Amino acid sequence: MSTAAIEFDTVRFGYRPGQTVLDVPALRVDRGERVFLFGPSGSGKTTLLGLVTGVLMAREGRVGVLGQDLTPLSGARRDALRAAHLGYIFQMFNLIPYLSVLDNITLPCRISTERRARLGGRSMNDAARELANHLGIAAHINDPVTQLSVGQQQRVAACRALIGAPDLIVADEPTSALDADRRSDFIELLFRSCEDVGATLLFVSHDRGLEPMFSRALSLPEINRAAETPAGEA
Amino acid sequence: MLTLHLARRSLTNRLLTSGLTLSSIALSVALLVGVENVRTGMRESFSNTISRTDLIVGPRTGTLQLLLYSVFGMGSPTGNLSHESYEYWAEHPAVEWTIPYALGDSHRGFRVIGTDTTFYARYRYRGGQELALAQGDVPTELYDLALGADVAAELGYALGDSVAVTHGMGGFMDHGDKPFVVRAIIEKTFTPVDRAIYTTLAGLAAVHLGWESGAPPMPGEEIHAHEAEEMHEHGELELGQITSFFLGATSRQAVLQLQRDINTWPGEPMTAVIPGLALAELWRGIGFAESGLQVVTLFVVVVGLLGMVVSLYTSLEARRREMAILRAVGAGPRRIIALLVLESGLLSTAGALLGLGLVYALLFALQPWVEGQFGLYLPISAPGPTQLAYVGAVIVIGFVMGLIPALKAYRTALHDGLAVKI
Repeated sequence: MSTAAIEFDTVRFGYRPGQTVLDVPALRVDRGERVFLFGPSGSGKTTLLGLVTGVLMAREGRVGVLGQDLTPLSGARRDALRAAHLGYIFQMFNLIPYLSVLDNITLPCRISTERRARLGGRSMNDAARELANHLGIAAHINDPVTQLSVGQQQRVAACRALIGAPDLIVADEPTSALDADRRSDFIELLFRSCEDVGATLLFVSHDRGLEPMFSRALSLPEINRAAETPAGEA
Repeated sequence: MLTLHLARRSLTNRLLTSGLTLSSIALSVALLVGVENVRTGMRESFSNTISRTDLIVGPRTGTLQLLLYSVFGMGSPTGNLSHESYEYWAEHPAVEWTIPYALGDSHRGFRVIGTDTTFYARYRYRGGQELALAQGDVPTELYDLALGADVAAELGYALGDSVAVTHGMGGFMDHGDKPFVVRAIIEKTFTPVDRAIYTTLAGLAAVHLGWESGAPPMPGEEIHAHEAEEMHEHGELELGQITSFFLGATSRQAVLQLQRDINTWPGEPMTAVIPGLALAELWRGIGFAESGLQVVTLFVVVVGLLGMVVSLYTSLEARRREMAILRAVGAGPRRIIALLVLESGLLSTAGALLGLGLVYALLFALQPWVEGQFGLYLPISAPGPTQLAYVGAVIVIGFVMGLIPALKAYRTALHDGLAVKI
């Protein structure tokens, strides 16, 4: 098995023919790494994450995720891979409003039998409760998600990303809606949890202040040759 | 299973919109099925106005006209049948029974029909129901009569009241010298029987003694009531002409042959019609109006379903974030399509079933009232093939129409991916 969690090889992508928003000659994140990816808006963060999660398809080059080459896979196979092996945390509004906290957390296990099989014999609800306990939201497990604070919502999102011990957690600015104190608390919690389940963490942010907490930092404008870098920055 | 769970939760989360959509579908389905029920009820009570009668026989005339005046009490007979002809056929070996009908006189706007006791014994309506007497006994005496339920109710007559028959329909010449006595009131049938008065044939013959020219007898030539009664007792009272008779054959097979024989009988020009066929023909003539009603209700259902599509479609913009989350946890575009198709299908299924339930609730609640008010008997039975087809069609169309918002959501989900800027 490859030791790379994410591997880009001369990847090009554009939303329309003739347009190139991403041009990455090489990018590699090893398994178990905690990588901080930063870049201003317009540097192609969203696109890069779309390619890593298999929602978008590279026009050229090879995108490898967890030793699997995504390029030849069908859309359904990429969806299945994402469901089984990836956890994703959005910047905000992470939760499905009509599901309870518990149902939100167990959602990936309900979608993917493979993900469910990784629970190690525990029931989905037990695994969810354990994670909720771990992330300090056990008291809210049966609440409607609309009653949670933003910080609590982000923890629920983290639980959902972590359930079933995925190999790769992708977090897209998960702390930008939190205040400074809670920001580092959340990141610490995320680190510990990733370590527990043995997951690689790709953390995207424009807040360079968080960078020292990570083992490695990647600057997207530097990796992406197609980045529209505003004058005076780079 | 998960998609179904999501669809259900998503619908209950938008309770107000879902509820309104659901009730608009339920109401439109109830209207559709209800109109169908009323239609069936109308058709059935129409074609069951008379039953178990094999042939209706009258003088040579149109099928429709014979049916109208002898069954529905509408229009007037064009001619008469001699009593001899009637007796010839009544005693025919293929004939089991006959009910004579002598029309022509009236009482305060209601038709007076001369008949005999076979009417009370043999007349059947609505699937073979027998006539029952609400009060009194079958009229047997010369001047006895029975009132239809509506006649008794509207004129406020009771047993023992005296009734003078008017000559012709609403003339001023009456047979007041020979009054009849109310001997029975017939139980309500919701057929034209309710609006008629039934005397004996002999009684009608008696009041017309001396009226052979069509005008009252000259003064001094009158035959008094008691004189007529004596004639009757001595068997000297000749029964006059009749206008039609109902006939029951000894066997079903005999009916067609009997009809042919009557129609071609050289003794007197006559017409025999099979009531079922004639009623069906008549219904085809007047039944097109209800088809128009049916078309209108179909449109109401279409509008109800379109309302559902519109409400789902407009909700999609607010649900882009939800779709992105589902994509992020690994739901494929096909699951997004399935979710929206299911939501629409669930709404229309629940709406259709609720509508069907509503129809039955209304039927149970309003059946007696409708029957009493409009004389329309609405049978309560398990939903027939037409009703089930309507409900099934609404459900199927609901699922199919769900594809419209589903494809929109699919395209949005593919375009948005995991990135939604709201």
